[in-house]
Amino acid sequence: MNAWLLLLPAAVLLIAFTHFPILATIRHSFFITRRNGTEAFVGLESYHAMAADPIFWRALVNNFWFALGTIPTSIALALLMAIWVNRNMRGRGFLRLAFFTPTVLPMIAVANIWLFFYTPDYGLLDQLRGLFGLAGWNWLGDPGTVMGCLIVMVVWKEAGFFMIFYLAALQQLSPDLEEAASVEGASRWYTFRRITFPLLMPTTLFVAINAVINSFKLVDHLVIMTKGGPNNASTLLLYYIYEVAFVFQDPAYAATLTVVLLVLLSGVALVKFGSLDRRIHYQ
Amino acid sequence: MNGRTHPLEVIAAWLLALLWLAPLAYAFWSALHPAAYATSFSLSAPWTLENFSRAWNQAPFGRYYLNTVVLVVLILIGQLVLSTLAAYAFARFKFRGSGIAFALVLLQLMIMPDVLIVENYRMIGKLGLLDTIPAIALPYLASAFGIFLLRQTFKSVPQELVEAARVEGAGPLQILWKVYVPLARPTYVAFGLVSVSYHWNNFLWPLIVTNSVEARPLTVGLAVFGAPETGVDWSIITAATVMTMAPLLFAFLLFQRQFVQSFMRAGIR
Repeated sequence: MNAWLLLLPAAVLLIAFTHFPILATIRHSFFITRRNGTEAFVGLESYHAMAADPIFWRALVNNFWFALGTIPTSIALALLMAIWVNRNMRGRGFLRLAFFTPTVLPMIAVANIWLFFYTPDYGLLDQLRGLFGLAGWNWLGDPGTVMGCLIVMVVWKEAGFFMIFYLAALQQLSPDLEEAASVEGASRWYTFRRITFPLLMPTTLFVAINAVINSFKLVDHLVIMTKGGPNNASTLLLYYIYEVAFVFQDPAYAATLTVVLLVLLSGVALVKFGSLDRRIHYQ
Repeated sequence: MNGRTHPLEVIAAWLLALLWLAPLAYAFWSALHPAAYATSFSLSAPWTLENFSRAWNQAPFGRYYLNTVVLVVLILIGQLVLSTLAAYAFARFKFRGSGIAFALVLLQLMIMPDVLIVENYRMIGKLGLLDTIPAIALPYLASAFGIFLLRQTFKSVPQELVEAARVEGAGPLQILWKVYVPLARPTYVAFGLVSVSYHWNNFLWPLIVTNSVEARPLTVGLAVFGAPETGVDWSIITAATVMTMAPLLFAFLLFQRQFVQSFMRAGIR
């Protein structure tokens, strides 16, 4: 039995839809799309054009704020949820269900529901403001509030997913540790800060890395909520790539942009492998 | 620590849980009531299924459902077969270059098809498959994640069982089918649930490669239906939204533990 024969079907598809496209992306990143749709080699010129493209920088900066807005908050919430669900409290099954449910929903359905919350005047949020006599606000139409609104929604969607990793880690911690701490008279907060949280560090690292990868991939909601607007205030790198390639019909420039995304993801991968090694030594 | 949870903490936990369920509860409320009650919550509001029937009649949701089911099943079967064969090769055979080959497989965990949309679109175009269901499935059929997960599981299969099967005259493929596959059942279930959830919900790539009712999955159909230009009533859009997420949601409610454990297993790699 030849091992290569077993590998063949998967290998063909992996090469066709992962390895070859990566190389093709790099190749096309040195091209420009002409007005008639053909492509011409221009070398590093497309990279110069990218460096001078304010929307590209905007998308990159937005990606940074989006990650900074969603990751620490959802990790903190996930940890809190896991600690609660891990306790022997009333209805913990229900709590786990409630926290985890957003994870199984399609992002596009979530975006539809939240879109209505944020609709000016008629939407739920403005109706609530109305109760306090406040005027309606165009939440997604204002560059100052749009990112915050999207961040809240994504935290809601992701926290429960991260919770389950903390839950798994908590269930493996020895109860003796906390018992010993409580016998010694340590407060709950002290025990958490000095014992539980440091022991959960590998999980936190793992969740954080996954959250960073997700923050680059998650753009579905932009398609129906903001289309990257207003004035590119909510655009993200992958969404901009989509727009350039399929709305503006410029696949060559989209390839240049994709190279940046690939470099960023490879950077995350390096951190991931580095930290994974540490994790193995740790346990 | 069991008895020590402060009552205030229990209340806080419950409040957060209710807050977490509120958007979903709201979607169901709006879908099941006339448009006039979309934002006024009254106990006397009449219940109705009319939003659903109108959504169903205004767009080909039946066809979208069919497309999504075909898509999800196609991807799942392809992934299971391809991952099983490849994982078997990596777990059981020593061959030159296996280390490099495995590293090349793992590359897909970092750079997923989701970010290679531009070149994959070109590729699908060259294959002449644009706007078909196989076009949505193809980039995902070889799953590094599935290969990785199954390889781990296969490696833990006791050698004695393999030897016993060989003594009885079983060939490599029979050993795979009779010894490895049955022992990996929990892994298959976990991988299957995550794969089905992922591809039921996937949106951007299907949006890019499909352009017609015949190929569009539910998520894309929902986005087309709910686009502001169509001017469809909010209550009807929520009904369509509920329809899109309902099958997965009910499956989750029924097999909650399985889902949570599968996602957990899937994440830890």
